[in-house]
Amino acid sequence: MSEVVVLTGFLAAAVRVATPLMLAALGETIGQRSGVINLGVEGAMLVGALAAAIGASIGGSTVGVVAAVLSGALVALVFAAVAIGARADQIITGTAITLGAVGVTGTVYRWYFGPGGAGLGIETLAPVPVPVLHRIPILGPALFTQPVLTYAAYLLVPLTWWLLFRTRWGLKLRAVGESREAAIVAGVNPLVVRSTATILSGALAGLAGASLVLAQVGTFTEQMTAGRGFVAIAIVVLGRWNPIGVAVAALLFGVANASQFLFQAMDLDIPYQFFLMLPYLLTLLALAGAVGRVTAPNQLGR
Amino acid sequence: MRRVRGLVLSPSAVTVMAIAAGAVLLAVGLELTGYHSGQAFRAMWHGAFGSWYAFTSATLLRAIPLIVIALGFALALKGGALNIGAEGQFYAGAIAATWIGLQVHSWGTVPAILAVWLASCLAGVVWMALPVLLRTRYGVLEAISTLLMNFIALSLVSYMVQGPLQEASGIYPQSDQIAEVARIPLIAGTRLHWGIAVAFGLAALIWWIFKSSQWGFHLRAVGQGAEAALVTGRIDRNRVLAAALLWSGALAGLAGGFEVSGVSHALYQNLSPGYGFAAIAVALLARLDPRGIVLSGILFGALEAGAGAMQRDAGVPSVAVYVVEAVVILVILLAGAAKAAGLGSRSPALSVGVEP
Repeated sequence: MSEVVVLTGFLAAAVRVATPLMLAALGETIGQRSGVINLGVEGAMLVGALAAAIGASIGGSTVGVVAAVLSGALVALVFAAVAIGARADQIITGTAITLGAVGVTGTVYRWYFGPGGAGLGIETLAPVPVPVLHRIPILGPALFTQPVLTYAAYLLVPLTWWLLFRTRWGLKLRAVGESREAAIVAGVNPLVVRSTATILSGALAGLAGASLVLAQVGTFTEQMTAGRGFVAIAIVVLGRWNPIGVAVAALLFGVANASQFLFQAMDLDIPYQFFLMLPYLLTLLALAGAVGRVTAPNQLGR
Repeated sequence: MRRVRGLVLSPSAVTVMAIAAGAVLLAVGLELTGYHSGQAFRAMWHGAFGSWYAFTSATLLRAIPLIVIALGFALALKGGALNIGAEGQFYAGAIAATWIGLQVHSWGTVPAILAVWLASCLAGVVWMALPVLLRTRYGVLEAISTLLMNFIALSLVSYMVQGPLQEASGIYPQSDQIAEVARIPLIAGTRLHWGIAVAFGLAALIWWIFKSSQWGFHLRAVGQGAEAALVTGRIDRNRVLAAALLWSGALAGLAGGFEVSGVSHALYQNLSPGYGFAAIAVALLARLDPRGIVLSGILFGALEAGAGAMQRDAGVPSVAVYVVEAVVILVILLAGAAKAAGLGSRSPALSVGVEP
């Protein structure tokens, strides 16, 4: 009986942790399929998180979500202007964007919330049970008693897949990602396609930031994304640039991250810092295992 | 492919433009968020250049890690590799320096300091070893692996100052003070340590390596994807890449060692105010030229020093200078200066997982 409760709680935590990773990684999948690797997702997520906190403190959680999506897209627009418009190095551009995002969010956060910080006064998103489905034993409470942004992430998996593999736009996007020249010959403008994909992925990174603040942590702290955007990039590689694989990979990360709560509950006398290292170590190992056996979009990073 | 190339700017014009853009954006941002930008800039200037003491003990002191890390970043990038993990290697070096610094009480000054420096270099190399392995064996993009290693390093420091290296009373999250003999002597009348001379020396050395050595030639060949040299087997790409990245890690580690043995004399969390990232701006602003890195390192040292003064005297969060750093990098990239430094033709191997 109590094992069931523990298992359910564990899976629910895994899904909650996986949600922002899944949202950001799905966006980054779209971007990378068009040949853009955007390290600025970390920055877009961080800005999205702050926008969600400010928006929610003004007009409630819905306003927070909208603000996060718009601001994430705005951050991606800056990236697109430099890395796609001027064809500057994507990695360095992304790093600079993230650095700037840390500075902007740190300054705006202290200005807006004052020395006391955001605190816990933000309207958060409560779990909403899905009718019928939430009654499934064990999985029901874990998968279908979650905040609404988790359901958005679920829905975005098939939607992203459909967008990439079943629409004309998806075809163009993948063509640009595989061969710039061929795409140009076919009359596709890589600049427009890549910029659109990048801005879309920024919007999703912003949404990921919103889910971090409104559905997971409940407040904003400086640099709170703590590399989740970079982990999302690794998840894209792990999921082989396919939305379904990416969703599975994100859930696996959620499970691995949530296991630290289990271990800590078991009182194994392992310093907590080692659990904090775990997701990054796992990411590195997963990258070593995944890369080489899969083929990246040919134009990625160029 | 249409590329508008009407406006050709000289490198120094781009440099001035990048700095001006950063300053203007900071001013606008400060005014928008209700701070007095004039007051902030005055505090900044005063903190960085207000007196000989401020210039040496604040600006030049902070320029040391920036110059050393930026030299390492430039070294890797000449070979076409991106070390975004200097922050992690810095902390690895700081941990090693502290550990050795606590052991050498009975040693002489010179061997003690050299041991601390060597240990910090080695720690930087160790911290870079996994990304190098992942890059050369599995084709994992080193930019991502080094970035991820940063977060592991932060947790490791947190563990060290609350675990094995915690000070004797066990109350504060910091280490004990390292042995007197392991501390770098200061320049009379300042808090500036002689590591500044080593930093200048390293800049000269790396300038020579880039300009005249065979290794520098190999670095450029790999960095610019000179296929002919690579295909004929004259140059082993993986060996050159590995060496460039490992030396880059060693330099970032050394910067951590300098910080412990010359400034803090103990290990703390948040020892680095983001030196590893600021150094990227330093290196790019100098277009990877070691002589320029000395100058841009001092400039960014002033910025870091000024940021502290700005927070103290004008109440502006010091993280605001990250915005300046980011804008400087973006303007340099926009101006195409990075292309001139050989960045534009980076080999496709840098994409994720293209080569096994």
